[in-house]
Amino acid sequence: MDQMSNVTHKYLRPKKSFPNVWCPGCGIGIAMGAMIRAIDGLGLDKNQVAVVSGIGCTARIPVYLDFNTLHTTHGRPLAFATGVKLANPKMKVIVVSGDGDLLAIGGNHFIHAARRNMDITCILVNNYIYGMTGGQYSPTTPFKKLSSTGPYGMIEQSFDPAELARTAGATFVARGTVFHASQLSRLMSQAINRHGFSFVEVISNCHTQYGRLNREGSAVKMIQWQKDHAVPVSVAAKKTPEELEDKFITGVLYEQEKPGYVEEYQKIIDRFSRESTESMVRVTES
Amino acid sequence: MADIEQASEKKSWKKRTDPVVIYKKWCKACSICIEMCPKQVFDTDRDGFPVVTRGMDCTQCSICWIHCPEFAITSNEK
Repeated sequence: MDQMSNVTHKYLRPKKSFPNVWCPGCGIGIAMGAMIRAIDGLGLDKNQVAVVSGIGCTARIPVYLDFNTLHTTHGRPLAFATGVKLANPKMKVIVVSGDGDLLAIGGNHFIHAARRNMDITCILVNNYIYGMTGGQYSPTTPFKKLSSTGPYGMIEQSFDPAELARTAGATFVARGTVFHASQLSRLMSQAINRHGFSFVEVISNCHTQYGRLNREGSAVKMIQWQKDHAVPVSVAAKKTPEELEDKFITGVLYEQEKPGYVEEYQKIIDRFSRESTESMVRVTES
Repeated sequence: MADIEQASEKKSWKKRTDPVVIYKKWCKACSICIEMCPKQVFDTDRDGFPVVTRGMDCTQCSICWIHCPEFAITSNEK
């Protein structure tokens, strides 16, 4: 038991500025703990894992982690992660970023990384708002909810990130919440273990900006809200669309097998290296 | 309230016997552990920080430390 609870501490950089930068009760810390436990459960070496992030609250995660980490420009974590993966295909590359980072400014990178089926695990922590910059609305802010740049309610429709990933061509799509932290770490370990673009959406809480503007209460209340509104996949199959109106479905939403970019790229390299060696042999023989 | 604080002060000097240990330097008093504990093991001290007061009830269910966003709770059970 002692070792189990100290699992996260093995992978932290305690000399970095702990206590961490997030507001008291922020779900990002819980998501980070779940990610660490998932990596530990798979028994991966610290040098085998690269964690890439962009800009935002969630993107502060790699600062505290003792893996190969990369803190990149706004919206481009998937572009950098693609480079890391192609340079070293043995590396497990995990992208962890927020909704504003991955879906707004990095939306194009997101759909194209999913379309290419790059062998990347993408973890999106969705707290429905731009928390770090002061509560501006993000692509996932629900309809009619308040934000500091939409004081009369959000009049745009919002993205469903999991559905977007599925239609863009991701091979594994799952959704978890920070309330169901142990299920979340199971989903993450499934995603990391798979080849191809695997996507995990984490429903988190931002009580400082989103909760304050929409009167949703403290961190504990917002986490309890997730408990009341999460419906597992098996239960959701039996329910009518009216019953699922303000709910979200958790669990493994979609799974399929597709040839990945990295394997196909390796095949081309192998083919041409074989052909070139054969031609070399022919030249030297003649 | 006073006896809770006294107990926590005493325990910090004593050999660790609590089922879970809270690392106060990292704790931000978000009260997630207090609200989520199914056995009500924690109480708040004057500043809102959690204190283990009913350690005998703890079943090592791991809910508090997997939901701690600051990684401030560790189990003391071997």
